[in-house]
Amino acid sequence: MKIVVDFDLCQSHALCTQAAPEVFEVRDDGFLYILQETPPENLRGKVQKAVSECPTGAIQIEG
Amino acid sequence: MKRIVVVGGSLAGLRSLEALRKEGHDGELILVGKEPHPPYDRPPLSKQVLRGEWTADKTRLRFDASALGVELSLGVSATELDPRAQTLALSNGRRLSYDGLVIATGADARPVPATLPGGALNGVFTLRTLDDALALQAALSTRPAVCVIGAGFIGLEVASSCRALGLPCTVVEPLAVPLETKIGTPMAQLVAAMHRDAGVVLYTGVGVAGLEGAGSVERVRLTDGTVVQAQLVVVGIGVTPNVAWLAGSGVAIGNGVECDATCASSVPNIVAAGDIARWPNGFVGERMRVEHWTHAVEQAAHAARRLLQGPSFSEPFAPVPYFWSDQHGVKIQFAGHTRGGSAGADADEVRVVEGSVAERKLVALYGRKDRVVGVLALGKPARLVHYRKRIADGMAWSEIEHAV
Repeated sequence: MKIVVDFDLCQSHALCTQAAPEVFEVRDDGFLYILQETPPENLRGKVQKAVSECPTGAIQIEG
Repeated sequence: MKRIVVVGGSLAGLRSLEALRKEGHDGELILVGKEPHPPYDRPPLSKQVLRGEWTADKTRLRFDASALGVELSLGVSATELDPRAQTLALSNGRRLSYDGLVIATGADARPVPATLPGGALNGVFTLRTLDDALALQAALSTRPAVCVIGAGFIGLEVASSCRALGLPCTVVEPLAVPLETKIGTPMAQLVAAMHRDAGVVLYTGVGVAGLEGAGSVERVRLTDGTVVQAQLVVVGIGVTPNVAWLAGSGVAIGNGVECDATCASSVPNIVAAGDIARWPNGFVGERMRVEHWTHAVEQAAHAARRLLQGPSFSEPFAPVPYFWSDQHGVKIQFAGHTRGGSAGADADEVRVVEGSVAERKLVALYGRKDRVVGVLALGKPARLVHYRKRIADGMAWSEIEHAV
């Protein structure tokens, strides 16, 4: 599983950081940081939740 | 269930379909949507689309009907429901049977009141659909002076987009402070100040007496006699839920489809989700409809589970409501609820716990009795999410001192 974020679409709503804090972090600078680009399979459910809750549809999973 | 029909081709409808598949429904899925366009996302309409930055294509919602095995029936509306026969009639003459039904027909913009003098003049717009947005964007490109009637989220986002385009913009709002019933008076005053600083002329606590002009609107006359010069008027006075097709069906309707705590309607095998569903939200402690993006996503997932599992599914849908708005380059995020400030206030107190009003970057918490019930963030998205979770877990007002 590989995380792909379209940073042109991302508006730092930060909802992904609640759904999958192991993978996503929005820092005080207001930007999203991906902590693990290829997270382990046991995080798939959380990442899928982040994908579905992203208000700008900026996150996709490859693989 | 053999066949599930979802009526409503916007966010709640699409997410219901996805959730139904994810939860294991392997029978037929049919989507009925009244708009002819492929399903699209609404938040960009008042922002990127109005500003001319995005074409219609870019608003399309990511949705793969064939991968999900969904039969699409777009440009078709449901006209009648017979829950005894478990059938619905469509505007194209087709009659569809169903084993399960998701009602996600949303809401339409409240039209310009027929009683408003001059309301039928050219140059008067509402904004709800993609077609509305494209028509308004085209009209804005003639560089009119704009008057927005109604300072809700749509009205204020339109005003923000107009200023970004460099157009003169006036906003007229009957409330003393725009959004005060949504985010409480102190923070609403801050948002009003942001608009004034951006050059929006804001008239509050006043109504509209009529629109004037020869064929096309030229002026807006307010109830206090003020005259606003405007060649384009946007009316943003809320929405009405699309329940007309359910009249007489036996599905309880009122201000939306009346549901129980699990998102089930009053009739078996029918659930509702999104703008149209009115249900008792245990977190807030009242029956409500919520017209926000995240709500549609969350409620669709819940309603899908309720539909598939039937009456034995008793988990209440009790989210901490979340919404955002983008105005003059500032992201305004709110989670929870409040009636703060006005008479009969629900929120007893609003306190800025991080940042400051001066820098317009802050987190404010809302208290009711001994609980934190809401959080507003300006330009601090990570903190909003942090507090939303804490509020969901149950945060006492006394914890605030240790919150930061």
